Amino acid sequence: MIKLRGISKTYKLGAERVHALRGIDLDIHDGEFLAIMGPSGSGKSTLMNIIGCLDRPTEGVYQLDGINVRKLGDARLADVRNRRLGFVFQSFNLLPRLNAVDQVAMPLSYRSVKNRKKLAIAALRLVGLGSRMRHNPTQLSGGQQQRVAIARALVGNPTIILADEPTGALDTATSHDVMELFRALNEQRGITIAFVTHEPDVAAYTRRIVSLRDGRIVSDQPNVPIHARTPAPNEVAGAPPPAGPNA
Amino acid sequence: MSLIDVFITSLVALRGNFLRTLLTMLGIIIGIASVITLTAAGAGAQQGVAARIKGLGSNLLFVNPYSPTPPGGIAALLGATGASLYYEDELAIRKANIPGIDETAAQSTTGGPGSLIQVQAIYGGVNASTVQVGTEPSYQYVRDFYVADGRFLSQDDLDKKSLVVVLGAQVADELFGNTEPVGNTIRIFAGLSRQFGVTFSFTVVGVMERKGVTATGNPDDQIFVPLPSIQARVPLVRNPRGFTNVNQISIKLTDSSKEQSVKNAVADVLRKQHKIINEDDFKVQSQSDVLSTATSVDRTLQVLLVSIAIISLIVGGIGIMNIMLVSVSERTREIGIRKAVGAKRRDILMQFVIEALVVTTIGGAIGVLAGVGAIEIARTFTIGGSGTRYLVTPFWVGVGLTMSAATGLVFGVYPAWRASRLDPIEALRRE
Repeated sequence: MIKLRGISKTYKLGAERVHALRGIDLDIHDGEFLAIMGPSGSGKSTLMNIIGCLDRPTEGVYQLDGINVRKLGDARLADVRNRRLGFVFQSFNLLPRLNAVDQVAMPLSYRSVKNRKKLAIAALRLVGLGSRMRHNPTQLSGGQQQRVAIARALVGNPTIILADEPTGALDTATSHDVMELFRALNEQRGITIAFVTHEPDVAAYTRRIVSLRDGRIVSDQPNVPIHARTPAPNEVAGAPPPAGPNA
Repeated sequence: MSLIDVFITSLVALRGNFLRTLLTMLGIIIGIASVITLTAAGAGAQQGVAARIKGLGSNLLFVNPYSPTPPGGIAALLGATGASLYYEDELAIRKANIPGIDETAAQSTTGGPGSLIQVQAIYGGVNASTVQVGTEPSYQYVRDFYVADGRFLSQDDLDKKSLVVVLGAQVADELFGNTEPVGNTIRIFAGLSRQFGVTFSFTVVGVMERKGVTATGNPDDQIFVPLPSIQARVPLVRNPRGFTNVNQISIKLTDSSKEQSVKNAVADVLRKQHKIINEDDFKVQSQSDVLSTATSVDRTLQVLLVSIAIISLIVGGIGIMNIMLVSVSERTREIGIRKAVGAKRRDILMQFVIEALVVTTIGGAIGVLAGVGAIEIARTFTIGGSGTRYLVTPFWVGVGLTMSAATGLVFGVYPAWRASRLDPIEALRRE
């Protein structure tokens, strides 16, 4: 459950002040699947970084699961990222030397969790990579790498998965596969997902589209999701949950 | 993140850059290996010196000329100390009947390394550089160094200033090989060079027992002649005042508890003899005095060796810091990813510090092994001479390992700190 009120972000670029965000009010509820759209320079990435606790707003209130994130120190903020947030990046951002299981287990090593490998394997099965557990990133296709990244975001059982242009580095067919995976995770597992995109095709999968321009929300509308390919991938159904509640 | 996780992560990262890790380690390996080898050589030398000085004979005092203000110029070149000791001094000591003195022996030594006057023993076309010791019959007993073949110098030889010589075992080997030296005549040359000097013929009457190299020289590479014989014949040994110069008077004590009283009594006799008012022109030293001098020389050497080792470790440490900084900037993206998924500053700091520590401690361990290996090789090929001893002490192994770990800590902290301070957004943006 995310609540943003009057969020502003100002950068100093030399002597100039750049207003990346100018008073954002936004609520994201559990189980939502939304896209944040806007042209480049609209502030969507800054917003994502603030929601993702990688950056702090200059002004405003940000509550994540009732926690006032703005007041947290670096160590507590790292803990919030670890337990409540899952990231998926445009360029996958996998570590070069680890195999899929170790990639997915990595976030769990920053908190004391037992059965890290077991949880990682379950998360990989959930994204349909049950047969590629021991592969390194270089041995995986782009789509597979992004699935590993999604499994890594899922494994800690976060409040929300944040994705920054998750299909930006993928071809059209693979993009649609990944979006189908997101939708299935949202519809069948109830996982909250928010992502930034500038592709209307990709945004069309979601049930809510927020548009930004010049650091302000210009529209926030529900969307009727299109189905590019039916039905949802089979591997999602029947797979074990990635982690116990509040693990 | 648990310590084991950090450790495994570091190992994976280090293995991923194996060659670089190895090269970085090399600085530490060389540093620690040199600490181990140098200190082992130092400790071995120290132990050897102690053993060899004890081997000089028990309960010995040495009287040597000593000048508090050494001379300069040509006198220094000729090896003069500005002070003199005479055969007459020994006679005075004997006459004083000091309780605790068992026996005394004076000696006048010529030749050997560092001496301006060189001595050569010549026989059948073989020239052997050696040290000529002019001494008395009591020398055998005082120095606990006996003749093995033939006889030693006799009082009769001294009275007649006979041209007889007793050869050290090594000199006998060099000149005669397997043939019997006793009864043969050798020539002894003494002088500044091959041209300027005197040559006399001496008859070999005996060969000494074999002693082996000691701290004070090689007793087997000496020849012994009657003290008055060389004093009468070799220039620069004769004294214009009619006295006969000697280099050293050795005094054998009846038992070691008398050391201090004999030292004082001998000093009194010599002061009277030399008409000393202020500072003594001689030194009376026991074996332990000589030992402590040798030990202090050794300690100086050890300080030098350890300084060299520390310098090489600092150089190795700078290498580690350099590589760690490169590694941090190369892995900026990894740091960003780890931070994004919840790594705290402390986790990143730990990861890089542990990485540096792993490199240096493994390097240190390899260095210890390499040092021990180098010592074994030196022993096998008798590098530094067959008499060189090496002693690997647990203390220096411990110091080496601790120093390598400390190097990792000191030079790893700054790059690790830089890594931990990286802004995750900036880090993720980096290609």
